[in-house]
Amino acid sequence: MKTKSVMIVGVGGQGSLLASRILGYVFQAEGFDVKVSEVHGMSQRGGSVVTYIKYGEKVYSPIVEQGEADYILSFEQLEAARWVSYLKKDGVMVASTQKIDPMPVITGAAVYPQDILPKLQRLGVNLREIDALALARQAGSPKATNTVLIGVLSALMPFEKEKWEEAIRQIAPAKFVELNLKAFSLGREAACLR
Amino acid sequence: MKRLMLGNEAVARGLYEAGCRVISSYPGTPSTEISEYAAKYEEIYAEWAPNEKVAAEVALGASFGGARSFCAMKHVGLNVAADPLFTSSYTGVNGGMIYAVADDPGMHSSQNEQDSRHYAIAAKLPMLEPSDSLECRDFVKEAYEISEKFDTPVLFRLSTRVSHSQSIVEEGERNEVPLKDYVKNPQKYVMMPAFAKGRHETVERRLEELSHFAESTGLNRVEWASKKIGVICSGIAYQYVKEALGQEASILKLGLIHPLPQKLIQDFARQVDKLYVIEELDDVFETQVKKQGIPCEGKALFTKLGEYSPQLIAEKILGQKTEWVDFDEAVPARPPAMCPGCPHRGLYYVLSKLGVMVSGDIGCYTLGAAAPLNAMDSCICMGASISALHGFNKARNMPEKSVAVIGDSTFMHSGITGLVNIGYNKGNSTVIILDNRITGMTGHQQNPTTGKTLKGEEVPQIQIEAVCRAAGINRVSVVDPYNVAQVEAVLKEELASPEPSVIISRRPCVLLKSVPKKEPLFVDAKKCRACKACFKIGCPAIHMEDGKAAVDPTLCVGCGLCASLCPFHAIGPLGGAKK
Repeated sequence: MKTKSVMIVGVGGQGSLLASRILGYVFQAEGFDVKVSEVHGMSQRGGSVVTYIKYGEKVYSPIVEQGEADYILSFEQLEAARWVSYLKKDGVMVASTQKIDPMPVITGAAVYPQDILPKLQRLGVNLREIDALALARQAGSPKATNTVLIGVLSALMPFEKEKWEEAIRQIAPAKFVELNLKAFSLGREAACLR
Repeated sequence: MKRLMLGNEAVARGLYEAGCRVISSYPGTPSTEISEYAAKYEEIYAEWAPNEKVAAEVALGASFGGARSFCAMKHVGLNVAADPLFTSSYTGVNGGMIYAVADDPGMHSSQNEQDSRHYAIAAKLPMLEPSDSLECRDFVKEAYEISEKFDTPVLFRLSTRVSHSQSIVEEGERNEVPLKDYVKNPQKYVMMPAFAKGRHETVERRLEELSHFAESTGLNRVEWASKKIGVICSGIAYQYVKEALGQEASILKLGLIHPLPQKLIQDFARQVDKLYVIEELDDVFETQVKKQGIPCEGKALFTKLGEYSPQLIAEKILGQKTEWVDFDEAVPARPPAMCPGCPHRGLYYVLSKLGVMVSGDIGCYTLGAAAPLNAMDSCICMGASISALHGFNKARNMPEKSVAVIGDSTFMHSGITGLVNIGYNKGNSTVIILDNRITGMTGHQQNPTTGKTLKGEEVPQIQIEAVCRAAGINRVSVVDPYNVAQVEAVLKEELASPEPSVIISRRPCVLLKSVPKKEPLFVDAKKCRACKACFKIGCPAIHMEDGKAAVDPTLCVGCGLCASLCPFHAIGPLGGAKK
């Protein structure tokens, strides 16, 4: 089997590390070789953050490059635009509609592009748009957008629902397991309804 | 059990399984988690030292005492530890000893891109480099064997992509290595000229022996495939080469990267049509291969800057290109910024307002250099803010218009000596210590001022005020950076004073769990006149919405700094009615 790649892109502090650990756990439980590459330190402080997860029979490079990702999980619209070039031609992008202004936009040095998601669709990107923040709030906390998005992704991937739930139970902090399971199922249902 | 492990966690697992007993480190991205994971094992004593030199000396002392010991640091930390590094090459070890050093190609979180392999050559020490988490674990064990067999400390080179990638490792059992006897041996351990001369001979002989060992060790191996292309590589570059070239190239993978196996390289080079050396950063291998008269291609094709990737290698060697679609408008950059509620922000607002020259240092507060605060003039290395300010003022004598800023942990690391220099040499500078009660940037490590150790034990806090007074500074004051008026008043007073002074800007990091978060604030759009006074602090939670300022309730922690600057009292809490 050819190695498959997932990228998680977002803003430092949005919970992409937890999401990457859940994905890594699921792929390993399915018996694949797995590599996950993260960013720590300076890059985390509200900066653009990207995490790579790769799985297959044997994975060498832990990084994903332009034109290579089978799936991109985008936590924020501007980050979807920034990283879309990493998507494979027949890849799928799951994009949260959330917007967070970066500092150059806040200071007025740059402008936040309009209508990012429709423009991505016009470029031919296979896009699954979702208001993850609203579903996370519905699940009980705006911080659970990461598991909402995992829920959407899970509906697009060939692994059983129980495997994902098991991963969330293992990875999420004990007191947030129920919240994250709810966020996950809201995301998964939203994806299945389309 | 098989599980996904961060490279750094796997190093810690290797330390545990190899019977390591003593660890002393100073945090530094991307090396920090090694010591944090290792500290979780009861069998290992692990501590945060105030800096890398102290850490290395503690580990060396533990080795003299007969224990397998370890210290970890980032690449620039090895500069700080270079003094013990070079002479520990002469003393050798008793228990095995490892210096782990994590390079940061691409400078994800560093101020330079130096290649620590030069240190192995300069200090004449063996250096190992793993390429994934499993090798991180296994090479630690090899490193201790080499250390004890050849009586030498061993350098263990990591890089961001190895340290911060997870791959699968199967855990093993701990090998309980008994403490070795300590025998007094001044000829070996007292490095004064008479003894050091003898030891230098030992060092040169050892390097010869290690060169022979390099030829036969399993750490270096050839993976034969097509012989049209041969590649010499190590570490993460090996993974990129495997992915990019697959069966189209044979590979000499180096695990022991100093000294190099000369015969192995000659044999490999003879059997391939074209030889490439693929190494991130400097041409360290290439230079040594060419010195043997072996033709090879390296830096003529590949850059010395930044990280490599499989696509880069496939393009340079096979001429392959990948295609993709791209968003066709300018995408604004998203640089890291101080967090909403960060206590540094209020202080930087005042520095920016007063327009003083700011001699900066290494930490979260380096972000004060970015727009809109723009409140930093220089930043060199850990501790340099204070000493460089002293020099600046000896040259230009403008103490009423210049300050140094340094964090609590950085002050303990190497700021204290700079302050002693000011006290001693009749300085008149103003130093601001940003005391947020934790080592922030590397992800909340304890330090001598926090009252806790790496193992989580409670200890007396080193009092920054007392340290400053002991350094000969009489004017020491404490301010709350959320109180901008107080900060400004005290800063003006200290800048005007004819003596050196220290201002401690004290408030705990807002990300600490012990810091209660307040309800988010809201902008009353009726009162807001869009004057943008609240934009001057560069808070990521504040943005424009329909021509008025707005606060993002998912980011705001209610610190109130923006509210204190709003001339129209438009920002405030919403009575907790809305979540």
